[in-house]
Amino acid sequence: MRHVSATRGNLIALIATVCCFSGCGGIQNAINPAGPHAQSLSRLWWLMFYVLTSVFVLVLIALAMALRAASRRSDLNPVLNPSPETERRKRNAVLSAVIVTTITLFVLLIYSFSTGRSLTADLAQKNGLSIEVTGKQWWWEVRYQDVDASNIFITANEIHIPVGVPVTFTLRGADVIHSFWVPNLGGKKDLIPGKISTIWLQADKPGVYRGQCAEYCGLQHARMAFWVVAEPQDQFNAWRQNQTQTSIPPATDSQKRGQQVFLTSTCVMCHAINGTPAGSNIGPNLTHIGSRNTLAAATLSNTREHLAQWIVDPQRFKPGNRMPQNNLSDQDLQALVDYLASLK
Amino acid sequence: MSQPLQHINDDELAAVMEREKEELERTWSPPHGLRWWFTDTDHKGIALRYIVTAFIFFIFGGIEAALMRIQLSRPDNHFLSPDKYNQIFTVHGTTMMFLFAVPIVTALGIYLVPLMIGARDVAFPRVNLYGYFVYLIGGILLYTGLLLNTGPDAGWFAYVPLSGPSFSPGKRVDIWAQMITFTEISALVGAVIIIGSVFKMRAPGMSLNRLPLFVWAQLITAFMIIFAMPAVMLASGLLASDRLIDTHFFNPAEGGDAILYQHLFWFFGHPEVYIIFIPGLGFISSIVAAFARNKIFGYTAMVLSLIATGFIGFGLWVHHMFATPIPQVGQSLFTAASMMIAIPSGVQIFCWIATLWGSKLNIKTPLLFVLGFFAIFVLGGLTGVMLASVPLDLQIHDTFFVVAHLHYVLIGGSVFPLFGAFYYWIPKWTGRMLSETAGRWNFWLMFIGFNMVFFPMHQLGLNGMPRRVYTYLPESGWGTLNLIASIGAFVLATGVLVFVINVIWARRAGAVAGDNPWAADTLEWSVSSPPPHYNFHNIPVVQGRYAMWEATPDAPIVRGLSTTKREALVTSVLDAEPELRFEVPGPSIWPFWVSIATAVMFIVGIFTPWAFLVGAILAGAALTAWFFGDPNYKNKTVSEPAETKPIQPPPRPELQPKEV
Repeated sequence: MRHVSATRGNLIALIATVCCFSGCGGIQNAINPAGPHAQSLSRLWWLMFYVLTSVFVLVLIALAMALRAASRRSDLNPVLNPSPETERRKRNAVLSAVIVTTITLFVLLIYSFSTGRSLTADLAQKNGLSIEVTGKQWWWEVRYQDVDASNIFITANEIHIPVGVPVTFTLRGADVIHSFWVPNLGGKKDLIPGKISTIWLQADKPGVYRGQCAEYCGLQHARMAFWVVAEPQDQFNAWRQNQTQTSIPPATDSQKRGQQVFLTSTCVMCHAINGTPAGSNIGPNLTHIGSRNTLAAATLSNTREHLAQWIVDPQRFKPGNRMPQNNLSDQDLQALVDYLASLK
Repeated sequence: MSQPLQHINDDELAAVMEREKEELERTWSPPHGLRWWFTDTDHKGIALRYIVTAFIFFIFGGIEAALMRIQLSRPDNHFLSPDKYNQIFTVHGTTMMFLFAVPIVTALGIYLVPLMIGARDVAFPRVNLYGYFVYLIGGILLYTGLLLNTGPDAGWFAYVPLSGPSFSPGKRVDIWAQMITFTEISALVGAVIIIGSVFKMRAPGMSLNRLPLFVWAQLITAFMIIFAMPAVMLASGLLASDRLIDTHFFNPAEGGDAILYQHLFWFFGHPEVYIIFIPGLGFISSIVAAFARNKIFGYTAMVLSLIATGFIGFGLWVHHMFATPIPQVGQSLFTAASMMIAIPSGVQIFCWIATLWGSKLNIKTPLLFVLGFFAIFVLGGLTGVMLASVPLDLQIHDTFFVVAHLHYVLIGGSVFPLFGAFYYWIPKWTGRMLSETAGRWNFWLMFIGFNMVFFPMHQLGLNGMPRRVYTYLPESGWGTLNLIASIGAFVLATGVLVFVINVIWARRAGAVAGDNPWAADTLEWSVSSPPPHYNFHNIPVVQGRYAMWEATPDAPIVRGLSTTKREALVTSVLDAEPELRFEVPGPSIWPFWVSIATAVMFIVGIFTPWAFLVGAILAGAALTAWFFGDPNYKNKTVSEPAETKPIQPPPRPELQPKEV
């Protein structure tokens, strides 16, 4: 347990560091790649950027030269019989421009195809971690698959992955269409009800990367984000080991009271805490809520204060979300927060 | 009946001409007052109503855009609630696409095509009137919804299942779906009118290879509308039936398919982009020819490029769906097609540059807007090439990068040429010149404002900002670029305001335009400004692609059309050989009543499916009356073709533009 909280300490430090650098949006940035998938897309982007910027500049230069070559005489009678020589030169110029355009497009097309192929060809060979992500209005349910059923566990809005290992994401839409996107790691993929889509991503650098829903999914589309935490394999194993456990039993009196509050109020209607009778899967699974860095799909940092405010009035932060307001006495609320915060 | 002119002297000729003009004026004059509103079928009046209405919707859409920019100007802003924001961005997109862009560019066609091809009216004047009413009702429906807080909130694309009955209860999406139906009906009838007029009502001599590029652009757009719009009507119709009568076309739980909707929507949605900007290419060709004082270089290449764009435009729709799980081989085809469409667009850009090269420039506001088009549209086209690439699209799809791209293409490709077109043709429509000084202010404010709003959005998209978010976190680092964009929005809006003031000023105090202030080449400039109700007294016989520039002194004119009946000349499709005279239907109240019946069907249909039955019966009755109940309408059988005869030379057309 101590190990896990140490990991979390590092994590907060890491987020703080990265956020300092995020003036340029570094942790949710398509051209700041942290994995092979995003790397090859970033290469493609820069190739296109330079080639197409040159095209743009050349067209504008041609336009400027055309205007320079034009006269501003007072005689504005239309030119009805241009000289065949001029016409011929213009025809050759236009023809060459069209040929160059076509060749450029073919180069880009082939480069784009080969990038695309490399992204999906790898998918067949990769045999790393498999994670199932289900998009719900407006949060992410994350299920770690394993051949050993006792190692399967469910969490929400925070995905830990080991560095240097390809991860296959199986994506499902539970209600409406969402889109799973972690720009630093790679492209996006839609989660469509009735369909299954897959995408593989890999992080080569340890770090935290922010992901966000990229397909408009209703009222709180803007507040449907998540974090990907890429960490060294041993840290990941420790985290995973902890996540497979059932919840920590309440230790203090306040935590015990908190558990009772949880089990006897509306919380239990939607949320599950493994190891207690709470087993509903409508809202996020809270078995290890205390180990997560954020609340409400990466809307709020996971502090006691935010947790309490969120429980009492979730609509204040994320109007329209499916969690109702809760009338709890101050003591009950503090006890509940004690309990939830202890669920590392 | 116009009188034979062989054996009369000049004085008698002048008297005959004067008398004929009076008769024509009487025959074609519109009803007055309220009756004008509800019954007049003059294509110019209808087109101006379309233009004014669409421009008002443009202002509404702009106000919505400004509200969104205020909300996004800083992180965690509370200017708009999420619900309001979602309604506003949905209505903004819907307004700009359906109520502004398509109607206004086709309206320019409805005004100008008959004048450019030398016709007295469009092919189906009453259907034209019906199209306007249906469009107006659709627009009012959408805005009534918004003002009553039932504005649609599922995006202008209304993807299922979000727009389905389970996730969008209430009437909001129904209003969207029915509004689509109204505007599509209107676009479809507009397209039929343009095609009918262009194919069968051209002045003799205007064979297809002499058709002005503006008319070609309108014609190809009309064909695209006819193939694209039914797909979206199917999409919105099936969606409405899922919502209203519990079908399950798009419900995955009952075997329906959510991706089917996307295919139907984008099979329309992508051609829609070309429907919006191909007419813009037509405006540009007109303006470039007139202000470069030069024939457009590569006429045949231009026409073939337009046609190629029209075809390939239907083969790109899947590039809006690259992030969905569809097979990669199929996606690759759409990448190739999406890149290929850059070639015909490139051909046109190169041809215009070649036209400008070494020409005699007359730099006026319309040309400035065209030059602005080059800078903006080329950039938008190039980011389009990026979006065509499946892998790259997976990063930038549904981000602000796409918001930047689409506005570069649509504002650059359509709105800038449109404003150029306003400066170019408003003198024709009103008889008054707009102020050049104000025009330059207007252009530079719009150009700078536009780039301030949308250029930073490329970077925002790469920095990971998704589209359609009502807010973002302060830690995201997106605040500064968003603030720049928001300030730019107000610069852009000021530019539009200058335009509105310029128009109001010019209507009262602008210099009188005369028939042909720009000494331009197409036939609309051969008639007075504003044109007479009958357009042409003597329909000209066209002698070249540049009808006004290439008219010979002994150019023949068409004689033999009635001056006491609304007669038009029908000519052959390819060579515009005169075939027969046709009596054009005049003012009628029935198009209005049919549009009301249509409204009953679709608006009341939101509340009860019985309305479709009642509305269909009402529409059937009104249509019956339209066809049979009106003495004004007599179906003419084939009559002998009119003759074309040379008479004394008309005055030499103006070749030097006026000083303005």
